[in-house]
Amino acid sequence: MTIAELQLALPEIFVLSMTCVVLLADLFISEERRGLTHTLAVITLAFAAILSLRLMMAPGEVVYAFSDTFVRDRFGDVLKVFCYLILIGVFVYAKHYLRQFGLFKGEFYTLSLFALLGTMVLISANSLLTVYLGLELLTLSSYALVALDRNSLQGSEAAMKYFVLGSMASGMLLFGMSLIFGATGSLALTDISAALSAGVGEEMLLAFGLVFMVLGIAFKFGAVPLHMWIPDVYHGAPLPITLFLSSVPKLAAVALAIRLLDNGMVALHGDWQGMLVVLAALSMILGNVVAIAQTNIKRMLAYSTIAHVGFILLGLLPATPEGYAAAMFYTIVYAIMSAGAFAVLILLSTSGAEAENLDDLKGLAKRNPWHALMMLMIMFSLAGIPVFVGFFAKWQVIAAALSAGLTWLSIIAVVTAVIGAFYYLRVVKLMYFDEPEDAEPVTAPVDFRAVLTVNGVAMLALGIFSGGLISLCVSSFV
Amino acid sequence: MPIIEILFYLFSGVLVLSALSVITVGNPIHAALFLILSFFSAACIWMLLQAEFLAITLVLVYVGAVMVLFLFVVMMLDVHVASVREGFARYLPAGVLVALAMAVQLFLVIWTRGMETMPMPAGEGDEYSHTSMIGELLYSEYLYAFEIAAVVLLVAIIAAIALTHRRRPETKHQDPARQVRVKRDERLRVVKMKSEGEEA
Repeated sequence: MTIAELQLALPEIFVLSMTCVVLLADLFISEERRGLTHTLAVITLAFAAILSLRLMMAPGEVVYAFSDTFVRDRFGDVLKVFCYLILIGVFVYAKHYLRQFGLFKGEFYTLSLFALLGTMVLISANSLLTVYLGLELLTLSSYALVALDRNSLQGSEAAMKYFVLGSMASGMLLFGMSLIFGATGSLALTDISAALSAGVGEEMLLAFGLVFMVLGIAFKFGAVPLHMWIPDVYHGAPLPITLFLSSVPKLAAVALAIRLLDNGMVALHGDWQGMLVVLAALSMILGNVVAIAQTNIKRMLAYSTIAHVGFILLGLLPATPEGYAAAMFYTIVYAIMSAGAFAVLILLSTSGAEAENLDDLKGLAKRNPWHALMMLMIMFSLAGIPVFVGFFAKWQVIAAALSAGLTWLSIIAVVTAVIGAFYYLRVVKLMYFDEPEDAEPVTAPVDFRAVLTVNGVAMLALGIFSGGLISLCVSSFV
Repeated sequence: MPIIEILFYLFSGVLVLSALSVITVGNPIHAALFLILSFFSAACIWMLLQAEFLAITLVLVYVGAVMVLFLFVVMMLDVHVASVREGFARYLPAGVLVALAMAVQLFLVIWTRGMETMPMPAGEGDEYSHTSMIGELLYSEYLYAFEIAAVVLLVAIIAAIALTHRRRPETKHQDPARQVRVKRDERLRVVKMKSEGEEA
């Protein structure tokens, strides 16, 4: 190991060191000054973003380090920067809720930062070993976060379900990895790719290994038929945790899929494409149809996540740079949209009761017109209405599916997107055309309102100027 | 090498049967004991592959430490066997159906494609030591992964403490620093009283 190698991993080292600083500092910060922990965590993320931006790899530049277990490329760097920025938003939104519900504890910040570190390790992984360790770091922190509110029966139940199912999925992924390792004799993804294209490895072992790996990836994404945990966990976890789970881990999942399927096993593209087609079609149909029947908005957004995962998978199908760029663009946009939607729920939660039911949104336009407008833009974007960024994201992935020659799948995508528009627009109808049950105006601290405004306006701005973000994603896969 | 093959099938058979018993026996203590047996059989299979370090570690760490902890926890939890068994009959048909479907699918895949056998790895010389080899690799080639594993353990500690540690203001505890700093005024109260003789 050399200094140059350590410099490549500077963002990871920085985040790890600062997380330990936050962990230790929090011990000496009194209950009333807990805001300091929050500030420290946000500063950490801001500096990490600056660090990653300054060290950003040029398009097409790829460097390996630590005996090929670590890779730095533009894809990873761009994804990491969005992880930091989205997590800053999550922290600001979460603070308002945590204070009200008596959960304002340092563990939320340390565990979230460790989950971020796991995501970063996963994004930069070039070995089956680092992929798995990064994923475990992320999911282990997530299990604990879901159970953070120990007095909530629902939260504990959700954490238990998540833990048991998640461990099983990790086991499947690990089993698949061991079979691939046995067939190719190598852990490094680049070596596996070279071995596979040279025709090394017994077909049977590879087929079994691939199936188990795709199952593991599908679980982490929450794609049908491995989606059952998503509604329960989203419903049971406290709102800020749901907000977190729906944003950063999604970026990790797309990195997991691209690293394993493209960097490692692109030679088996013909095999995994068929599996992803089934997952994508089922996710889009089930997610959008079942979401209509939900009266609990957390569950509705959970099923909407499943549907969006189907769309993200569309982008991975053709195994082309354009397709991966589309999937990456979709995931980033989805993470931002979903963070905004859950933030509005946090805004509506007053001490003691979470805003959970669709009825809680009634008449929001009268209680807080500006934030209702933000929610309107987020819902339009989630539905994929033109001008808003969600439309361009859907357009890109459907174009990718068409380029893979999957016309029927593209038709399913368009039809289910139209079905999905119903429940997003229902939220808009509730906000604007129904009378509020509680006429009291809702308000929040200034930082919360500022971030929510940026989040909502971004839906429109990123839509009108979508070229910038799209070209950034495209340049990641040169 | 028939003796190796016989041993392999013997240990594999014990491993599969004991693993099956772990999930089918009703008594959690018996399940834990069967798990120990399955670990032991796996260690023996590793021994056949000449991976002596892994085999010994499995026995020492899992059988010696982890499973003992397991048994402690199981004994303390006082699991009701009857309630665990509840619903077993109800879910049995569905479970058997799924298991059968999976078995048939696996069989069809293996049967149609055929399974090539993997050769036994060639043995190393007498001078070769797995222990030193693993040690060398762990701290050179896999250093990055090793460090991340350390972070995973740190998260496990933080999560365990965050989820179980409760501040209990009502419990009584000693504060030695406070005991040392105690002043006379805090413990001793001088009360003025009339002496008995005066009243008379």
